[in-house]
Amino acid sequence: MDVELLIGIFPQVLLDGIILGFMYALIALGYTMVYGVLEFINFAHSEIFIFGAFVGVEILLGLKSVGLLDGLPWPLVLLLVLAAGMASSGLLAVTVERIAYRPLRGAPRLIPLISAIGISFFLQDMIRLFESLWHNAFNLVYPTMDVLNQRFELTETIDVSVKSLVVIGAALLMLWALYLIVNRTKVGTAIRAVAEDQAAASLMGIDVNRIISLTFLIGGAMGGAAGVLFGVQYGLINPYSGFIPGLKAFTAAVLGGIGNIPGAMLGGLVLGLLEAFAAAYLSLLTNGAFGAEYKDILAFSILILILIFRPKGLLGEIVRERA
Amino acid sequence: MIHSLIAVAVLALSAFAVATFPRSVLVFLLFQGSLLFVYKARIPERLRWGLLAIALLVLMPAIGYFNSYYLEVATQVGIFVALALGLNIVVGLAGLLDLGYVAFFAVGAYSWAIFGSPHANIIFGGEGFPLAGWWFYVFLFVGLGTAAVTGILLGLPVLRLHGDYLAIVTLGFGEVIRVLANNLDKPINLTNGPKGITPISRPPTPFGMPYGEYFYFLALAIVIAVIIANRRLEDSHIGRAWEAIREDELAARSMGVPLVRMKLMAFACGASFAGVMGVLFSAKQVFINPESFTFLESIGVLAMVILGGMGSIPGAIVGATVVTVLNLQVLKGFSLWLNELKNAGVTIFGFSLADLPTQFEPAKYERMVFGIILVLMMIFRPQGIFPARRRQRELAH
Repeated sequence: MDVELLIGIFPQVLLDGIILGFMYALIALGYTMVYGVLEFINFAHSEIFIFGAFVGVEILLGLKSVGLLDGLPWPLVLLLVLAAGMASSGLLAVTVERIAYRPLRGAPRLIPLISAIGISFFLQDMIRLFESLWHNAFNLVYPTMDVLNQRFELTETIDVSVKSLVVIGAALLMLWALYLIVNRTKVGTAIRAVAEDQAAASLMGIDVNRIISLTFLIGGAMGGAAGVLFGVQYGLINPYSGFIPGLKAFTAAVLGGIGNIPGAMLGGLVLGLLEAFAAAYLSLLTNGAFGAEYKDILAFSILILILIFRPKGLLGEIVRERA
Repeated sequence: MIHSLIAVAVLALSAFAVATFPRSVLVFLLFQGSLLFVYKARIPERLRWGLLAIALLVLMPAIGYFNSYYLEVATQVGIFVALALGLNIVVGLAGLLDLGYVAFFAVGAYSWAIFGSPHANIIFGGEGFPLAGWWFYVFLFVGLGTAAVTGILLGLPVLRLHGDYLAIVTLGFGEVIRVLANNLDKPINLTNGPKGITPISRPPTPFGMPYGEYFYFLALAIVIAVIIANRRLEDSHIGRAWEAIREDELAARSMGVPLVRMKLMAFACGASFAGVMGVLFSAKQVFINPESFTFLESIGVLAMVILGGMGSIPGAIVGATVVTVLNLQVLKGFSLWLNELKNAGVTIFGFSLADLPTQFEPAKYERMVFGIILVLMMIFRPQGIFPARRRQRELAH
């Protein structure tokens, strides 16, 4: 075993893990906020996330076709794309809630979950249908911006690309903004109140339906931002590529304690790091017997173990049982 | 009397129509509709079952003579009916939402695929494999057993979970099985990874029957066995216990229902049906790889159960038939029809169909079909098109 190699790739793997972790954290917020308010797994959140990535790629391709992609300053382009991705994913989440979840509120728990699975599948093929008709292709490549691909060396062996820094920076900014909204504003207080006790919140004059919509809007917007960052970071997207990251992000939310916002961030980071290390080291440590693909199994095993042995997660409160 | 005459006439006419127009999808759909009509018609029970038996045992193979693809469709329908009935036990009766159901199908399929092909030589060495064709019949039971054990193994750790958490964990389990099937070509080559296993032996057929007919009859026999098992279970104390657990776990426990044993039994029973069909599937296909056992398939089977009505046996049968036929015939038929129109240079409102993007293939939109079924059923008719009797009575109050 090449110990030097193992140590040598460590910082790079750490960096990859952090980026992946922030991505998961942003997506996990959507799951955890909705679960906190409705005790419901929004299965379609993975598609709301990838929808953001598709809106982003459409705008970038549009800018490219009119020659503005390199004409505008790159932070402006990024800001525009992020804002558009967030807005459209947020609105999509609100629409989905209105059409497919709200009529089912109060039904037995599995009913809205099955509806959400249906929405998830429906959205995947809707995106495919639209892109097939529009571009005659549904595997889309994010247009590259030269600035973002520049790399600078930290040491002799480690280098960082600008886009990695942008992804981390944007994710941090977003998480901080969300923290402020939830903890320092009146709306945030209302969200927390509804999560605590819907009936009591409505007696206090909170419009519960509006707050639930707002929760979907914020969660969806975070997912949309994650989608754009996912596209910028990894380059290639297709309508089905949201599913696995979505499932992992849900795992992250459970890992951190579902319904708990700091928990989702922590869970995302932990899962991202674990996965990056598993992907890089499993194959090296077992001489190729177990490849990087086993990282998926690792994530799902964590999910199963956490749910069985510590269902409240790392930071969570006890999950109440409801028939 | 008039009803009986109409039923006979409808069945005879539709079968005749298929023989006359063996290429028309619409006519074949009509034939399937006539089966449903006979099932629902107000005719004496003996005549009903006699007609259905004639239709399935004589007319269907005869139709296969005119168009062998229809027999293939019927066999696929049979496979999915068994899967839907198995999932119906877990989801419909016991109320445990299993999103990784296709994993049990995979376990059954791989059990015969490995030993019924030369692949086992790689694992065990020597030249002893594939096993002789008659072992296939033994493996129908081996597949049943292996899948049941897998069901119990999955059930044991997840029994403490409820509702949506259970659903997600079973989903994860299904994905784990698929990833394993995809990657267990090293360190020991168990599944041959994404390349899949081939050629898988087929059993010798009696009286030199062609394989198309053979697998049709075998699938039909298994489906009938599964239906009988299902009906017996539903009315037994086990089935009652399952339904009690579904309605209220706490109350069931207070009434002395052994929760752990009953839930494990639900998982095992549901899984075993899928296991048997997996063995048949691998022999029928001759080639299997992990692509046949994705999450999409699990949701497809779920959509069948939901469409028909959770907990309802006729519902599961109708649901499986409708969804399979939608995928295999309606979507594909629409694709073919569109292609014909394209080639003929048809224009609609000045838009030439030939300009449609090549990536737009209606046959590929299975997910949209499943998605629409799930959402619409949940919002407008959660009890399904053929609700279970008990649920029907509940809703009547």
